[in-house]
Amino acid sequence: MKFVWFNLMPWPHMPDDFREKHRSVWVDIDQALYDPVEGHRVYHQYMDQLEFADSLGYDGIGVNEHHQNGYGLMPSPNIIAAGLARRTSKAAICVIGNSIALYNPPIRVAEEFAMLDVISGGRLVAGFPVGTSMDTNYCYGQIPALTRDKYAENHDLIMRAWRETEPFAFDGKYNQLRYVNCWPKPIQKPHPPIYIPGGGSIETWDFCVEHEYNYSFLSFGGYLAGKALLDGYWDRVAHHGADDSPYRASFAQTICVADTDAEAEELYAEHVLYFYNRCLHVYPGFADAPGYRTINTLKAGALSQLTSAAQRRFSSLTWKDLVEGGHVIAGSPDTVRDRMEDMITNLRIGTVFGLFHVGNMPDWKTRYSTQLFAEKVMPRLRNMWPDYENDDRWWCKPLDTRLDPLETVGGLARSELAT
Amino acid sequence: MSALDAIQIDTPKGTSVHVYQGGSGPDLLFLHGTGGLLGAEDPFLLRLAESFTVHAPELPGYGESVGEELLEDMLDFTLHGWDCADALGLDRPHLVGHSMGGMIAAEMASVDNRRTPSLSLIAPAGVWLDEHPIPDIFATLPFDLPALLFHDPAAGAGALTGGADFSDPEALVEFFIRNARQLGTAGKMLFPIPNRRLSKRIYRLTAPTLLVWGESDKLISPVYAERWLELLPTADLVTVARAGHMAPIEQPDQVAAAIEKHVTGGTERTA
Repeated sequence: MKFVWFNLMPWPHMPDDFREKHRSVWVDIDQALYDPVEGHRVYHQYMDQLEFADSLGYDGIGVNEHHQNGYGLMPSPNIIAAGLARRTSKAAICVIGNSIALYNPPIRVAEEFAMLDVISGGRLVAGFPVGTSMDTNYCYGQIPALTRDKYAENHDLIMRAWRETEPFAFDGKYNQLRYVNCWPKPIQKPHPPIYIPGGGSIETWDFCVEHEYNYSFLSFGGYLAGKALLDGYWDRVAHHGADDSPYRASFAQTICVADTDAEAEELYAEHVLYFYNRCLHVYPGFADAPGYRTINTLKAGALSQLTSAAQRRFSSLTWKDLVEGGHVIAGSPDTVRDRMEDMITNLRIGTVFGLFHVGNMPDWKTRYSTQLFAEKVMPRLRNMWPDYENDDRWWCKPLDTRLDPLETVGGLARSELAT
Repeated sequence: MSALDAIQIDTPKGTSVHVYQGGSGPDLLFLHGTGGLLGAEDPFLLRLAESFTVHAPELPGYGESVGEELLEDMLDFTLHGWDCADALGLDRPHLVGHSMGGMIAAEMASVDNRRTPSLSLIAPAGVWLDEHPIPDIFATLPFDLPALLFHDPAAGAGALTGGADFSDPEALVEFFIRNARQLGTAGKMLFPIPNRRLSKRIYRLTAPTLLVWGESDKLISPVYAERWLELLPTADLVTVARAGHMAPIEQPDQVAAAIEKHVTGGTERTA
């Protein structure tokens, strides 16, 4: 098993009456709620937490991209990842990811990911989301019905830019470039492992299997609700005749560990409810631009996670509902381990993106939960998939000789300088 | 006449288009708005059919018209309009367009200005004024649409849903899918800002042009009529009382009468 410590980076100061007074946490969120001076503190706290997770032995630390969003302060995850690459040396740096349909030209992604891979010594795990409709269509103005076509072209361009060893011309529908010549190139050959965060479209499942990419289901509905979607994915894997390595799939899950189940509720309930009540309060008109989902996907019943019906459900959930429904895995180390085992087995996943900082959780609680998980849960879940113990097809392959940035001066290790 | 006929035509590009037809008199090509047509009994088309031979193609992405994946940008939609005219054997049809259809008709008349004996634009999309932003229909919830589109929202709501029963989950999914397909297609011309730089080409538009505007249009405000008159100084403007953006549905007689008058020559400009 691989465990990635993920931070969505929510803004922790949305008022108690946020739902009543504000239309949306996303797209047209009220500018007055953000305070850059407080933001300075928040960024450093969140980045410190990611570095703390590296020090505790998490396999990866994870960031993602959202725009104009109260629960995601990373319009550019690459900036955060660059900071992490310089302050950590062990964990994979999982950027899940860059919304590649939004970059003009998208070779910017090929270049920046290559930089991150080189700086981190080959620790990059690269995500290519289509991007939510809120981000892609409403914030960044992409035409909904053409978004997937543009995504596909941009994907092809980035992968070619990484693979080709000479300059080439690219005559696309959305990109015309006479001299594509990615410089620098990633350390990992032919490219870093690719993760595709998806919400359950059939096209995305097939795309992942055909390209040998990891399918990452990032849901707020929890693992019980995620089962149907992962089953759909595994059906497509079987349909294509691919092996059933659990490392083909990953899943994001909110996790809160305390000494006892009661303490977990006492410590974390208010922050989890902050997330489900305020952070997911999206104006339903922004949830799903017409044309963003294919007609096939709509016919299969996969609507947005943020339809008005779903939001009413989220906002009325209690701690008990959230825990029993599997939206949140919370409790003592034993409880969390049992439920994680259940989740990992039922979904058949090799990688968990653990959301340990939730909503407006203060730093000490985040670290407490993070440390308990690392020390008392993670070791007992390590060997869930003995048949695939050495399957590293979907993981980064760092240089053995990489520098530890904290022990490096002028590009030389401190130990070398001393001699 | 109580209902229009319908035929299916193929365009050389590869789309298959469902066309309502009926009436007698000069040929008139009608291009519908973002919401589509109301079928063979569309009251406005029936009213036009009293004076014209009406041809009303449904855009691919709407109803039984398919091949929308072949149409991606404004030029594709503009040429598709002429492809339909060709397939229907119409050399010089009178062009009438509503909202998004007005935008397409104005583009058609600009690109091929010798084929348009007259142009009638009902609350057309296609130009943008920063100081009067057009509400975002792509982010508008279905139950908020009637107030945006109609002078009398209560009366208009029924026309909008086609009488679908939203308490039936299957009908609701049907509606979502139809809406996603229609608005997904419309978005290629209208999203995120309904302006594909027609104003750069409109100098070529030489056809006698009529603008018709519902006086309580809350989607494309009547201030846009003034902008169109700046772009087309010789155009005439008729404003329609007790009508919103869906003037052809709310006041079919008045709108059709203004078009008849325009086509047969001489329009009154209301104050």
